[in-house]
Amino acid sequence: MRTLVIAFAALAFALPAAAQEKPVELKKAPGLDKVESNCSGCHSLDYILMNSPFPTAAVWDAEVTKMIKAFGAPISEDDAKTIAEYLKKNYGS
Amino acid sequence: MSTLDRRRFLGGTVAASAAVGHTLPAWAQALDLPKALPEGVRASAVLESLPGKKPLIKLSYRPPNYETPLEYFRTAITPTDAFFVRYHLAGIPEVDAKTRKVTVGGEGANGTAAFTLDDLKRMPAVEVTAVNQCSGNRRGLFQPHVPGVEWGYGAMGCARWKGVRLKDLLDKVGLRKEAVEIVLDGADSGVSDKTPDFVKSIPTWKAIEDTTLVAYEMNGEPLPHLNGFPARIVVPGWTGTYWMKHITSINAVTKPDANFWMSAAYRIPLGKFPLVARFTSQDSAVNTPITEMVVNSLITSPANDAMAKLGAPLTVSGIAWDAGYGINAVEVSTDGGETWAAAKLGEDLGRYAFRTFSFEFAPKTKGAQSIMARATNKIGQGQTSELIANPAGYHHNVIHRITLDVA
Repeated sequence: MRTLVIAFAALAFALPAAAQEKPVELKKAPGLDKVESNCSGCHSLDYILMNSPFPTAAVWDAEVTKMIKAFGAPISEDDAKTIAEYLKKNYGS
Repeated sequence: MSTLDRRRFLGGTVAASAAVGHTLPAWAQALDLPKALPEGVRASAVLESLPGKKPLIKLSYRPPNYETPLEYFRTAITPTDAFFVRYHLAGIPEVDAKTRKVTVGGEGANGTAAFTLDDLKRMPAVEVTAVNQCSGNRRGLFQPHVPGVEWGYGAMGCARWKGVRLKDLLDKVGLRKEAVEIVLDGADSGVSDKTPDFVKSIPTWKAIEDTTLVAYEMNGEPLPHLNGFPARIVVPGWTGTYWMKHITSINAVTKPDANFWMSAAYRIPLGKFPLVARFTSQDSAVNTPITEMVVNSLITSPANDAMAKLGAPLTVSGIAWDAGYGINAVEVSTDGGETWAAAKLGEDLGRYAFRTFSFEFAPKTKGAQSIMARATNKIGQGQTSELIANPAGYHHNVIHRITLDVA
């Protein structure tokens, strides 16, 4: 029913929850710019904080792949590598 | 008793801040999160208010995932303004209830129909008191941790849901006998149109049960926006994933729905959990959709780490719930699980509701005092003492334990 969804969205689209959103600061390290530009369009970056620091390298790789393959995130191959490296180094186990 | 001790004795979220407040940043002073949660949650979760809501524990801003602080579970009905908020996708439109219609049809039905909120309100109304619990409630307590929204104890609530029977809507269009599932879609969607829209199905047999509703009221008031206004699906006994918010379409189908949220998400390994209600049209060789909730209970008072006085009587209280078979008994152990004694059950608000319990007890030794609670239901199911591991972190019903500091 995506057509319907879009019709309703057009009637009155608002994100009351997002209005409450405060900036989420991640560790300043190489790759952060790619994380911010690729990930934060679809979700706030506190998703990364709450899922840390327990993920192994394999788990972070799988998460990045899931975002692209399952959720359709338009992330280039190079950026995906940079993002995965950033997550492993700064928020991994 | 000093002021500090009294505050700890009274329990609640102020307990930890009273003890260590000066060493923690401002946000942490109002939160006493379980130590078993990932460090990242303990460092980033904050108490924040969404529109119309009391401050809840914010796990993620967008999509909004906010859990209910434990003190709101001291009553069998969870206050609407403290009810948890859970979304998968960040596109959450405000819908106009005057013009918005929910469509009912699908290739498994004989016809189609559409209903505004006012149309629904003109039909026979039914009220059911039921627990809505996220499949991943307590995921954050899994050891080892698994990725996902890292919930503590509060991704659940119990409310009085009023609306029309889903069966009554399906009767208006007529189900074909081949209809196997009813597919539910809500107004929320992903930011990118490549993100699979959040769509869920339930087996036809569950959809036509008398207690499965399209609800437009919660605790006597219209649904809050963030709990599914103007109408949502209510599937008593089953986990929250099927309780589609902002319902826009209800479609009967003759083949199992194969979208991502059915075929890949919300699945549990076959054979690991003692479940009765099955969703067999969605079975794979290795897993099956999550369906009904497992038996569970939660100690809501005193708070974990609260002070208690040697020899002074205190009341241990909490709630228990299951998939609707009904709570049979709650037992409490004050000796680390060696012996158990029956707690007193509170008012019965119906088989799908939280059931309160209480247990009188006076600590007999100084130091750390463990208190555990476990529930059983009327078909003999109980809680587990060891976590049943599963990849997505569902069905955590490990016996809850708190520790008191007896002085």
